Amino acid sequence: MYQGIRISGFGGQGIISSGVLLAYAGMLDGKEVSFFPSYGAEMRGGTANCSVVISSEEVTTPVVSQPDTVIIMNEPSLAKFEPLVKSGGLMIINESLVKSRPKRQDIKVVLVPCNQIAADLKAPKIANMAALGAFCKHTGALSVEAVAKALPKVFKRAKPEILALNVEALKKGAALN
Amino acid sequence: MSEKLLMKGNEAFAEGTVRAGCRFFAGYPITPQNEVPEYMSWRLPEVGGSFIQAESEVAAINMLYGAAATGIRTMTSSSSPGISLKQEGISYCAGADLPIFYANVARGGPGLGNIAGAQGDYFQSVRGGGHGDYRVFVMAPDSVSEMGNFPLHCYEVAEKYRVPAMILADGILGQMMEPLEFKFETVDPKSLKTPPWALGDCTGRKKRIVRSYDLSEGALEIMTLNRAKRYKEIEEKEVLFEARSCEDAELILVAYGTSARASTAALKMARAQGLKVGLLRPITLWPFPKKKIQELAAKTSSFLVVEMSLGQLVDDVRLAVDGRVPVHLHARPSGAVPTGEEIFAQIQEELKAQKGEYVCY
Repeated sequence: MYQGIRISGFGGQGIISSGVLLAYAGMLDGKEVSFFPSYGAEMRGGTANCSVVISSEEVTTPVVSQPDTVIIMNEPSLAKFEPLVKSGGLMIINESLVKSRPKRQDIKVVLVPCNQIAADLKAPKIANMAALGAFCKHTGALSVEAVAKALPKVFKRAKPEILALNVEALKKGAALN
Repeated sequence: MSEKLLMKGNEAFAEGTVRAGCRFFAGYPITPQNEVPEYMSWRLPEVGGSFIQAESEVAAINMLYGAAATGIRTMTSSSSPGISLKQEGISYCAGADLPIFYANVARGGPGLGNIAGAQGDYFQSVRGGGHGDYRVFVMAPDSVSEMGNFPLHCYEVAEKYRVPAMILADGILGQMMEPLEFKFETVDPKSLKTPPWALGDCTGRKKRIVRSYDLSEGALEIMTLNRAKRYKEIEEKEVLFEARSCEDAELILVAYGTSARASTAALKMARAQGLKVGLLRPITLWPFPKKKIQELAAKTSSFLVVEMSLGQLVDDVRLAVDGRVPVHLHARPSGAVPTGEEIFAQIQEELKAQKGEYVCY
């Protein structure tokens, strides 16, 4: 089993923490993992992105150049990552913010109203969790439970009620078709 | 020995030095190694050590000279342009036989370059770096685990031979996160013997001098030749490398650090198709695994060197191979990272050329 992931969006959307969370969950799940942030000299409001690998074997390169899955959290990320996805790969789109749709016919597209789900929970910061829930459901690379277990390890100072909201958003993202 | 942690390479490296007994850090910020001073700034005070954000790289390396002269474990870190600034001080430490330790979390160059990971500082690391005739013990980790576990070995070698030691990493190794375990017992600096040359309380003993010069007739040559004996011993005893699938290989990849990771991906693709490819990964860049490469050159048909620089490592491979078989190069300089796919494509070309299916070059 090998899953190479790119997550991309605005700085502040929890792109980097989503990547760390997936890597941590994979590690707790007994998988080999790596996480690599794009740390370019981006301007404020620019895009942030990261690479995550979850694998049953040793991880070779941590920079995912042909992702199995991309998570697109904002509009500019779509154009940047659409050409990179492997044929037959998965694109998870935050449909609350991304109005364009990919032109490619050889990839699976899953639309998730991430910001809407977060707003319904009155926790706008956790839109990324809805996308991760969809990731768990559509790839099977990780279970929602594994990600939930990693949450307190990654967000060590978060209050239990905030963590519980994160788990809610994960579940809602995973419940969508 | 310890629990599994998920850490950034820079943080693993910083924690690894503290566990290895480092109690003094001086440095100056630069991307992509900023997590190292950030980590040391809170971690060293926890264990009774000292952290100094110096006014410049030059100040930091000279603070290390002073601290190391007292016989304690010290560390500084920087990235390419900052390491260039430290070279004068490193040369002074080499000349004064001080076992300092530092890391270069290298970025793209030359000049200000960029902040991506690169391997353009290979020559600077393995050929001394500053002025004068000297060597530095250079280790090249290729994972977060090695970033955390190599510092102890660097201290031990540096102290045994009284030479500077360094870790040559890059922005990718510094920024990436991977699981790691610290595979050694945490060192209590109080358990370490103060070396017989160290400065400090001089009550009731003969004076000691730590300096990088001797102006009397012929004395400096003797000093340098004595040091050269230690260099020779390091070359005989301290070489480290990893050889993968080299036994039956018709083509052997040579790569270190991040480019070794990409080469491993290519190696797996090649083996999956039944192609006889191996990988030699130098772990110490100086001393270089020259003998191992000579041994492999007698059995294999060609080498392919993969490096994130214009062609630096390839020179050392060619010196070792000494014309016995062809040595080719896959070079991605200034912050570009080779993919497994592109290396695999060149492997296929090289193997076809070996079989005479077409002639190129």
